[in-house]
Amino acid sequence: MDLRKTEEKIFKGIMICSTCCILAILLIILITILVKGLPAMRWSMITQVPKGGFYLGREGGILNAILGSLVLAGGATLMTCMISLPIVLYLNVYVRKRTWITQITRFSLDVLWGIPSIVYGAFGFTLMLYLGLRASLLGGLIAMCFLILPIMSRAMDEVVKMMPAELLEASYALGATQFETALKVVARQALPGILTAVLIAFGRGIGDAASVIFTAGFTDHIPTSLFRPVATLPLAIFFQLGTPFPEVQERAYASALILTAIIFIVCIVSRLLTRRFTRNVIR
Amino acid sequence: MSFKPHIRVENLNVYYGKEQALKNITVNIPDRKITAIIGPSGCGKSTLLKSFNRLLDPVDHVRISGRVFVDQEDIYDSKVDVTRIRKKMGLLSQRPYPLPMSIYDNVAYGPRLHGIRNKKTLNEIVERNLKISSIWNEVKDRLNTPASRLSIGQQQRLCLARGLAVEPEIILGDEPTSALDPKSSQRIEQRFIELKSEYTIVLVTHILRQAKRLADYVLFMYLGELVEHGSAEEIFSNPKQEMTKEYIGGTFS
Amino acid sequence: MRSFRKIKEAVATRLMAFLTVSSSLIVFFMITGLYVRSRPILSVHSLSELLFSSSWHPLRGEFGFLPFIVGTLWITGTAVVIAVPLCLFTAIYLSEYAPSRIRALFAPLIDLLAGIPSVIYGIWGLLAVVPMIKNQLAPVFGVFSTGYSILAAGIVLAIMIFPVIIHVSLEVLQSVPGEMREASLALGATSWQTVKTVVLRRARPGIIAAVVLGFSRAFGETMAVLMVAGNVARIPGSVLDPAYPLPALIANNYGEMLSVPLYDSALLLASLWLLVVILLFNVCSRLILVRVERSVL
Repeated sequence: MDLRKTEEKIFKGIMICSTCCILAILLIILITILVKGLPAMRWSMITQVPKGGFYLGREGGILNAILGSLVLAGGATLMTCMISLPIVLYLNVYVRKRTWITQITRFSLDVLWGIPSIVYGAFGFTLMLYLGLRASLLGGLIAMCFLILPIMSRAMDEVVKMMPAELLEASYALGATQFETALKVVARQALPGILTAVLIAFGRGIGDAASVIFTAGFTDHIPTSLFRPVATLPLAIFFQLGTPFPEVQERAYASALILTAIIFIVCIVSRLLTRRFTRNVIR
Repeated sequence: MSFKPHIRVENLNVYYGKEQALKNITVNIPDRKITAIIGPSGCGKSTLLKSFNRLLDPVDHVRISGRVFVDQEDIYDSKVDVTRIRKKMGLLSQRPYPLPMSIYDNVAYGPRLHGIRNKKTLNEIVERNLKISSIWNEVKDRLNTPASRLSIGQQQRLCLARGLAVEPEIILGDEPTSALDPKSSQRIEQRFIELKSEYTIVLVTHILRQAKRLADYVLFMYLGELVEHGSAEEIFSNPKQEMTKEYIGGTFS
Repeated sequence: MRSFRKIKEAVATRLMAFLTVSSSLIVFFMITGLYVRSRPILSVHSLSELLFSSSWHPLRGEFGFLPFIVGTLWITGTAVVIAVPLCLFTAIYLSEYAPSRIRALFAPLIDLLAGIPSVIYGIWGLLAVVPMIKNQLAPVFGVFSTGYSILAAGIVLAIMIFPVIIHVSLEVLQSVPGEMREASLALGATSWQTVKTVVLRRARPGIIAAVVLGFSRAFGETMAVLMVAGNVARIPGSVLDPAYPLPALIANNYGEMLSVPLYDSALLLASLWLLVVILLFNVCSRLILVRVERSVL
């Protein structure tokens, strides 16, 4: 009897320890980034592009990478949206029944979800070779679309799947076609979830380096054309860290702080948006 | 009782997977009367109702054989435009499901789909149908608020207005009062009695008294079969089948 | 008017069906695309030579992938060994013991952990894990290490796969019907006994799937590992040695890729291997999860 109680206590102790351990690690990571990044933060980091000698520790900032990342991730998110939304609506409004097409599509999206971003980068690179593209914003957009397509689609699918069948019936009963129902009723009812999915995908896109390393290239300039290389924040951090100069490495910490802050903002905005757009939703 | 049929059902069979939900139903639904479909739960009442406007189509593993005619047109014919069939019928479901938009847009949704764009016409349609459904006075000052903020009883009347706005000929009600309080139920019933001069109304109900109050014609179903049908008077005062007698007498429910 | 609506409906249906079907064909496109590009190297060297030779001298035309494959396996293995016990205990605690308030609090934190970019984990590894191994851990064992090692990469990766493993196993644990727990508790079992004998037995396939998913995630992770693993193309002897995993190899050499003959082909072949291995793991674990889901329904 006593043994059982002791066993119970020991294991409960271990479990609480592991849980705390994981929480502690999360905190430590955030604190490390904050403590290391703040001292190196300068206003010029976010307002200027790298000046000559930036990688030797001289003047300039990473505006090129901030803008590049926003344009790249934003563009890829928009493009992916236009592919994901039809897929999800098709699965949940048109097919709806459990058939091979829904099963296979969901399954392959799950599998795609697990493929590492470096493989998307490599695949994007081979596509670019076929199309005769060089490392450019367009190439980065293509690779990133592939990367975030499964993330966005599955997140949307989870929400839209919860749609009550009666809501669809109510719309059909008024003589609406499936397309009209999908656009006017389903998309609206699931709007908060769809927005969250979009933001999750955006967050993944903006933080990813491996998919854009061959495809988007890097540049010290602000993005101006689809066919020019574009800088991204994660790669900027990576390159700054790679230099042997402590001043430049400090800048990497500041850049990391900026990237973390962007991810945080995305998280918070998605929560706020979710609240704002639940106005019309039927429960 | 002889009448002009509005919906004719011929040898209708519906299967969900291996289970047969409707067994060889043949019946006529009279024009501009209230027809009540009664029977214990799980007897196929709702399935029969949904077969009238082809809402069974999106259900998993469903198989349908037989024919349903609305205005002499076979609605299960492959050439038929489903949206046109559905436009002919307004549906009230067990729980009201307002669409995720404002009160005004809920009513205007149908007319807009069918091509009415004129603001003034839409306003008229919305006002007229909200009045018919006796909810106008409660919502006229807040037409642009989300429909989800209305009470359940109000939502059901809104759904009635929404259904009427596409100018249907038939109103289908799938236990439309079962989620409502007695006061709201009474209002809905009142609407039905007023509407039957212009519409054919088919109601699924498990409340016998409601069927007695409203129905002109009654279908009694049991385990997917149509046991008996006839005028309300006949069924309630002089049922021919033993089972109908027992059900109406309250021996089983 | 009516015909216009009908046309719109028809066009939309076709387009949506097309997108849906093509999304499920992406995997095949990827495999084919990478295969076609890696054929040049396969025509020069045999597959077994590429897989089992440890001599990596691209300039001399020697492409032995063995050090990289072994490096990847070491690092992934270390990460899984660290992550699995921590994650399972946490998931069990959250699902069986913790009050729902704590569970609700934990969910967004896990999401946040999943949302942090891998470069950030890499920086943290550089700042915290690498010095710790160099200054504290290695001297304890009496060996020298630069800190850039399999262990450092394993620790960072373990943290990165926490969210996947916790998320999936939590879902699996919660799908075990409550009546089963009650039945065991009613017989006088303690909570831990119930977990051990009833819940875990029932949830085992799902938990295995969760671990495999975590494994495959760690297998392909690139940037963080690239920053802390040391990147020395030699077969490692212990966890304190540096290693050079496959994804890091691919990412590190994108610059020279097109200037050395066959180099691009070799790197794309490496991506193809990553893809195929991860695909296999993923397909297995997803199949298990689909079955678990069915048994609940």
